[in-house]
Amino acid sequence: MAKMTLEELRSLRERVQADMQKRDIEGKDSRIIIGMGTCGIAAGAKETLDAFLAALDEHKLTNISVTQTGCMGLCYVEPTVEVIVPGMPNVIYGKVDRKTARKIVEEHLVARRLVTDHIFDRPAADIIKKDGGK
Amino acid sequence: MHISLSDYLMDIVQNSFEAGASHVQLTIQEGERMMICTVRDDGKGMDEATMRRALDPFYSEEGKHRGRRFGLGLPFLHQAVDACGGEFSLQSQVGEGTVVRFSFDMAHIDSPPIGDLAAALCFLLAHPASEDLKITRSLAGRSGYTLDRRELQDVLGELESSGSLSLLRRYVASQEAGLHSEYTE
Repeated sequence: MAKMTLEELRSLRERVQADMQKRDIEGKDSRIIIGMGTCGIAAGAKETLDAFLAALDEHKLTNISVTQTGCMGLCYVEPTVEVIVPGMPNVIYGKVDRKTARKIVEEHLVARRLVTDHIFDRPAADIIKKDGGK
Repeated sequence: MHISLSDYLMDIVQNSFEAGASHVQLTIQEGERMMICTVRDDGKGMDEATMRRALDPFYSEEGKHRGRRFGLGLPFLHQAVDACGGEFSLQSQVGEGTVVRFSFDMAHIDSPPIGDLAAALCFLLAHPASEDLKITRSLAGRSGYTLDRRELQDVLGELESSGSLSLLRRYVASQEAGLHSEYTE
């Protein structure tokens, strides 16, 4: 396999962008935040993030913000992922393996239903600010 | 403990981001047997006492989460390197930056597998706290490839949307795959 050059990457980007503009601005302002602290990494957060990217790519959701953060204080249920979709409650999911990541994309982001058996509500009490981060 | 060398790398390079580094250089040299990695940053650095404590599994800098005792990144790495006949060194100077250098003997039975290096490098490049990250990867003395965050950002725009990240992921994977096919040719 030949290495892709920066020029090839640039033209690929332009093609994808043209494609994006044709579609609706679906997914805009939705965010996926993955806990990538030592605890997250040890529990497989890299694979989780990779699975999110693959699932989003399959569903042609190119507009979702995907970022990494540190430990949310829920080390016992890592990998943890916060999902923010306008019009839906902000949710922290725990124990998000590859399969669950895919489920979150299909259910939460596409079908707009919460994946109830993985919800862990909010970061640990000493991580969030006194006012609940509001 | 982490499962793969790629996971250790992800963990350790994030320390540099958290130390406020604006320039981070990661070098990965894979030889016949040894895998040598160097992380060099211009973050705030550490004094002697802090360096010693950084290897204590129950030490983390005060302020991030007061009252919590954690900070397992470096101790994990140190222990893993120790277990498989590798070398580990930590050099740092307050106000100058830090260099972490470690090697794994990949032939050692207790060495972790390399893991998904392309994914790890992609996510480090996309990490929100990474400003200027340069990665140099070589295999068996060949030049390999380099990844420059600023250059990639110039091509892809922000490295945050799922669309850009998927492209970045493909790009890094093609570099890694290309390196291996050049090696076997």
